[in-house]
Amino acid sequence: MKLKKEELLEQLKEEIKKHPKGQKDLIEVLHKTQELFGYIPQEAISLISKELGVYRSVIYGVITFYHFFTLQPPSKYNVKVCLGTACYVKGADKILNTLKRELNVELEQTTEDGLFKIQGARCLGACGLAPVMMVDEEVYGKLTEDKVIQIINEYREKASEEVK
Amino acid sequence: MAKIYNLLLCAGASCISSGGYSFRDKLVEELKKHNIENMVNIVETGCVGICELGPVVIVYPDGVFYKKLKPEDAKDIVEEHLLKGRVVGRLLYKEKDSEKIVQQASQIPFFQKQLKIVLRNCGIINPESLEEYIGKDGYSALAKVLTEMKPEDVIKEIKDSGLRGRGGAGFPTGLKWELVRNSKGGEKYVICNADEGDPGAFMDRSVLEGDPFSVIEAMTIAGYAVGAKQGYIYVRAEYPLAIKRLRSAIKKAYEENLLGKNIFGQNFDFDLEIRVGAGAFVCGEETALMHSVEGQRGTPSPKPPFPADRGLFGKPTLINNVETYANVCQIILKGSKWFSSIGTEKSKGTKVFALAGAINNTGLVEVPMGTTLKEMVYEIGGGLPNDKKFKAAQIGGPSGGCIPEEYIDTPLDYESVKKLGTIIGSGGLIVMSEDTCMVDLAKYFLEFTQDESCGKCPSCRIGTKKMLEILNRISKGRAKVEELDLLIHLGEQISKTALCGLGQTAPNPVLSTLKYFKDEYLEHINEKKCRAGVCFKKKK
Ligand SMILES: Cc1cc2nc3c(=O)[nH]c(=O)nc-3n(C[C@H](O)[C@H](O)[C@H](O)COP(=O)(O)O)c2cc1C
Ligand code: FES
Repeated sequence: MKLKKEELLEQLKEEIKKHPKGQKDLIEVLHKTQELFGYIPQEAISLISKELGVYRSVIYGVITFYHFFTLQPPSKYNVKVCLGTACYVKGADKILNTLKRELNVELEQTTEDGLFKIQGARCLGACGLAPVMMVDEEVYGKLTEDKVIQIINEYREKASEEVK
Repeated sequence: MAKIYNLLLCAGASCISSGGYSFRDKLVEELKKHNIENMVNIVETGCVGICELGPVVIVYPDGVFYKKLKPEDAKDIVEEHLLKGRVVGRLLYKEKDSEKIVQQASQIPFFQKQLKIVLRNCGIINPESLEEYIGKDGYSALAKVLTEMKPEDVIKEIKDSGLRGRGGAGFPTGLKWELVRNSKGGEKYVICNADEGDPGAFMDRSVLEGDPFSVIEAMTIAGYAVGAKQGYIYVRAEYPLAIKRLRSAIKKAYEENLLGKNIFGQNFDFDLEIRVGAGAFVCGEETALMHSVEGQRGTPSPKPPFPADRGLFGKPTLINNVETYANVCQIILKGSKWFSSIGTEKSKGTKVFALAGAINNTGLVEVPMGTTLKEMVYEIGGGLPNDKKFKAAQIGGPSGGCIPEEYIDTPLDYESVKKLGTIIGSGGLIVMSEDTCMVDLAKYFLEFTQDESCGKCPSCRIGTKKMLEILNRISKGRAKVEELDLLIHLGEQISKTALCGLGQTAPNPVLSTLKYFKDEYLEHINEKKCRAGVCFKKKK
């Protein structure tokens, strides 16, 4: 069961208590926040600011500097397409374009049904399998355009079964 | 069956994602079915290196190497090999040209030319087991250092070995340690740079996933040598498995008092923490990395002051790369003479390269410094697929450049590669065939650095943008010939004036492709032609 936002904030507060005041552990705390919520909500920024004693503007500056942190609520599935060098040489752009076409979104956008968001990644460290993409924690290698569509369809089915 | 078998199952990222775990589960099931799970020990190891053939298993004591395993192959391995001692022929490695079947892992050409120092334990031990690490001489180096050597002796040994930084710049490691040791100030820090930002290089990841204790031990030795009590490992967030294995290794090291207070009962304390990055290439740069550890935006600072004088929290700091650390224990144990006998005159030891791109054997290879590019591509890498022609190799990632066919006999060491206008860098080696357009390649890297520029200094922020605009025009056939000179001029200015290494090296891929493949640039401009067939097709 999904926890409500207030409960998550309560959890976050407990978590922050483990860290010293000040900016030193800010990035650790932000990682924890994103782990809890899937993104970094405004309420969390206020809470962190109060608990660590760091200005909200500073926190905002740190969040927006790093690609990893996001202020947008997540999609159900997060698709990371590797755009690293090995994947590029093996045609990562075709994979990306197929995804864009199939899902009708651009990079960093969430699909209308809220199921998918596509992001570009630098190198997923599985270059031997290039081109590569990840859906959440699952890595898919040696992709072809057909295979990509097949994978997306599998997740669509999975999602519709969960609804039932 | 009287024998006890050890099955080394590669649990590197590539093998897991090509189905390594489904194979393992089936294997366990088969072993249970035949009631022999007690006679067979499955060891999940770090990356074996030959990712192209994954999932792979090596069966010891015979040393038989099985490749491309599917769950249904588990039955044959158990029933034929383990129960009856008959090697399963169809799962063995076949040499490409001669079709010769190779049984032993050590006889596969990919492994034969290699010399493993950094990766010595990867694919051999269970990375989560401290016992296995100790069984491979683990922690003997730290014991020796703490009981027999003074910090100065340690530094001398590293200096004499000739070890140089593997993170990119190739700075002499022993000298760096000495600078930090001699730096005034009570508190000091030791950092391991595991940000590994070069897209297409994954050796640091493999070391952390396959042999995390070797880095932890080396950092402890470094702490003793320079006089630091606190260490940080900065790992990129994209490497969850490496983070997990490091966490588990650190916990075990604390439990056995190999970290913490009075290590080995000696008067020496050392604490180690992990810091997880958050996705910014520039954070691999040392000053930016330290800001990130402090919880700030990861923008670089001008040097000097160097980290050895004023680093993390303004204190003297030693920062080395993962692979650099992974050499340390072996140097302590086997001596600087041994280490400096490997490699070339000025580049000692080995280097791990990540072979990828248009090549048959993709994966990680560790070779003595000075191995030629040709040996890498044709002997270890097994040549290009579909007998395509070798065009160039990009080395050093976005900060490096390319080596064209005419220089394929170049030995890969810091000096020789530098002469050609590129760098060893972190060791990413991407092989390209006729299908890669060099203008497009240059554009790809510049888009990368442009995107990752932190925006602090104008020459990097604006300069790379201008260069990219010209490249975009070239690839659309809308540029003028004079703009090539402008491109070179801009590139040289940025190299000279940018604040940090990111900007200083960003023009390299453009300058080096222009140097060796100017005719391709001219074809794009004059004839609106892309011989690789990449550029004018794209419509966006
Ligand atoms: C833009 C940029 C990115 C870098 N990325 C890395 C990296 O990912 N890993 C690394 O070890 N060093 C990286 N470096 C080099 C570090 O600044 C530093 O030189 C290195 O960690 C020192 O360790 P070493 O002496 O053991 O090589 C990078 C440098 C620059 C300028
Ligand atoms: S470049 Fe795609 S996994 Fe490394």
